Amino acid sequence: MSTAAVHARPEKHDTILYLDGVSVSFDGFKALNRLSLYIVAGELRAIIGPNGAGKTTMMDVVTGKTRPDAGEVFFNGGIDLTRLDEARIANLGIGRKFQKPTVFDNHTVLDNLELAIAGDRGVFASLFFRLSGEQRDRIDAVLHTISLTADSGRLAGSLSHGQKQWLEIGMLLIQDPVLLLIDEPAAGMTDAETEATAVLLKEIVKDHSVVVVEHDMAFVRSLGCPVTVLHEGHVLASGTLDAVQANQQVIEVYLGR
Amino acid sequence: MTSTRSRAPRPLAGGLLAGSGAAAATIGLLLAAAVLVPVLNLAVAADSPVHMPTWVVSLVGKYLTFALLALSVDLIWGFCGILSLGHGAFFALGGYAIGMHLMREIGGRGVYGNPLLPDFMVFLNWSELPWYWHGFDSFPFALLMVVLVPGLLAFVFGWFAFRSRVTGVYFSIISQALTFALMLAFFRNDMGFGGNNGLTDFKDVLGFDLQDDRTRAALFALTAVVLAAAYFCCRLIILSRLGKVLVAVRDAESRVRFLGYRVEYYKLFVFVFSAMLAGIAGALYVPQVGIINPSEFAPANSIEIVIWVAIGGRGTLHGAILGAILVNYLKTWFTGAIPELWLFALGGLFIAVTLLLPTGIVGLAEHLRRRRPPATGDETPHLARETAP
Ligand SMILES: Nc1ncnc2c1ncn2[C@@H]1O[C@H](COP(=O)(O)OP(=O)(O)OP(=O)(O)O)[C@@H](O)[C@H]1O
Ligand SMILES: [Mg+2]
Repeated sequence: MSTAAVHARPEKHDTILYLDGVSVSFDGFKALNRLSLYIVAGELRAIIGPNGAGKTTMMDVVTGKTRPDAGEVFFNGGIDLTRLDEARIANLGIGRKFQKPTVFDNHTVLDNLELAIAGDRGVFASLFFRLSGEQRDRIDAVLHTISLTADSGRLAGSLSHGQKQWLEIGMLLIQDPVLLLIDEPAAGMTDAETEATAVLLKEIVKDHSVVVVEHDMAFVRSLGCPVTVLHEGHVLASGTLDAVQANQQVIEVYLGR
Repeated sequence: MTSTRSRAPRPLAGGLLAGSGAAAATIGLLLAAAVLVPVLNLAVAADSPVHMPTWVVSLVGKYLTFALLALSVDLIWGFCGILSLGHGAFFALGGYAIGMHLMREIGGRGVYGNPLLPDFMVFLNWSELPWYWHGFDSFPFALLMVVLVPGLLAFVFGWFAFRSRVTGVYFSIISQALTFALMLAFFRNDMGFGGNNGLTDFKDVLGFDLQDDRTRAALFALTAVVLAAAYFCCRLIILSRLGKVLVAVRDAESRVRFLGYRVEYYKLFVFVFSAMLAGIAGALYVPQVGIINPSEFAPANSIEIVIWVAIGGRGTLHGAILGAILVNYLKTWFTGAIPELWLFALGGLFIAVTLLLPTGIVGLAEHLRRRRPPATGDETPHLARETAP
């Protein structure tokens, strides 16, 4: 079966992200129910699932926003993420793009990237921070990648929805994380923008591990990567998009809602 | 999207550069006042129409200490979204620190002629100086305490509040509780700070008679220079990446955490710095008004500071200075003419500004200025503009 690769449970030290038996409940409601998910280094993985399946909650758990009630969450083989806070986890090299694009509206595109650029995050380091020539070049390169070069001086709040999505991806890139968690990057985008985003993601995955949540099946198809289907807080199926779309349980879940 | 994209790029963060003219004007005006006011008071004949009486010098000096206090609140509220409703406490503590020194400097010239104990302690039949009064005979020590005591209190308070992620209205409420608790404590005679009379009857500072015109003019000049310097420092902070992080925290706190910044440390830094500025403001206030008492801790005082900032223009720094001076000038006028109406006027002003001028006087001025050239679009390069929390 073609899904064997993602079904198998790899050794912890071979993974970049290792979630095992993770449960999260909100007032008794199980948003995640013994969820197990394993991502190996350099992998691009798409996560799909109906609304409320727990996709965003999974990212909350990985990034330290939500503490799991049970289960293991390890990064890079041996780092227990359940003990760390958001800032520590981000500094370990896990970057996140939110479902609702969140850029800093009152800062320019350039300043948004400057805030995200990899480096010392200390208070005094920030007080005396100056962009180096090298960092400027990196920002220029990212601006080019996300097609915002001409808009670098504009306030992020005045960008279009799609541009904000890209700016947020750009902030992720310049943060230079090892693992990127990207929540619904194509939401609210035109077809052309969606296509460009898929190209961008495939470019990113050349030197990063990426987990991307998306509802847009055309987008997922264009990524051409293994797919994991979440439902009611656990994995319903994994494999190629064609395989999971042919899966009877998956069809029921999607048609039944 | 294509139409917006073709728009010419703006050179730099509009909100940060837009204020550079205002910054130069603010510093220039303050330094000019530091020179001009003493000249008009001391060097111009008393019967000249441009002579400035000493009471006016001290009154304006008092306004400037309030301006410094407003500046400290704008730094945390306008740029980092920390609405402290207890900043009057730091102001009062700075005032008490310098007041304790001035009390010690009275020495044996008090009513009871006790060379060691301030009058109120003699009155309470105390036989020796409480331990926490030691050291205040030294002026440098007192200056150190002016920043250290408010700074330390802000550090401890901020440490617990920011680490437990107390934000928004909850933070405001506990900061009110802080200043209220301090007020009750300082009202008690056995605290050793003069009870409800506070500290007063100061004679001189560093040997200069506090009633002397020259001392008063010098205090004024010092206040103006310190305010200019504090304004300059605040601008340096705001223009640095640290300042950008603060604004980012104000607008999207959790996003900043996911970028790897320790938000609590940033808040702590700016809160402590702000408390120190408030302490300095209090220390400049006390010698000019000649008294410090527990009513300075009153919760209403702290709320009033926020109103000054809102009226002047939150998140602009110079707006806070303008607001503090303007509102206090109005207050002086009202308390002379129709004192019973002052609180209604203040409340009405606050409501009007909140509803009609969300960016305050400075925001209105900027808006009018920008209306002259054809509008360039929806972007408002103004730090006070905020996204929904
Ligand atoms: N902080 C919270 N408190 C209570 N319930 C929550 C909380 N966060 C998420 N939930 C619930 O947990 C479930 C999973 O939510 P989650 O946001 O992870 O879903 P999702 O798969 O991302 O859905 P969508 O596709 O709509 O983004 C939902 O039913 C949601 O209402
Ligand atoms: Mg979601």
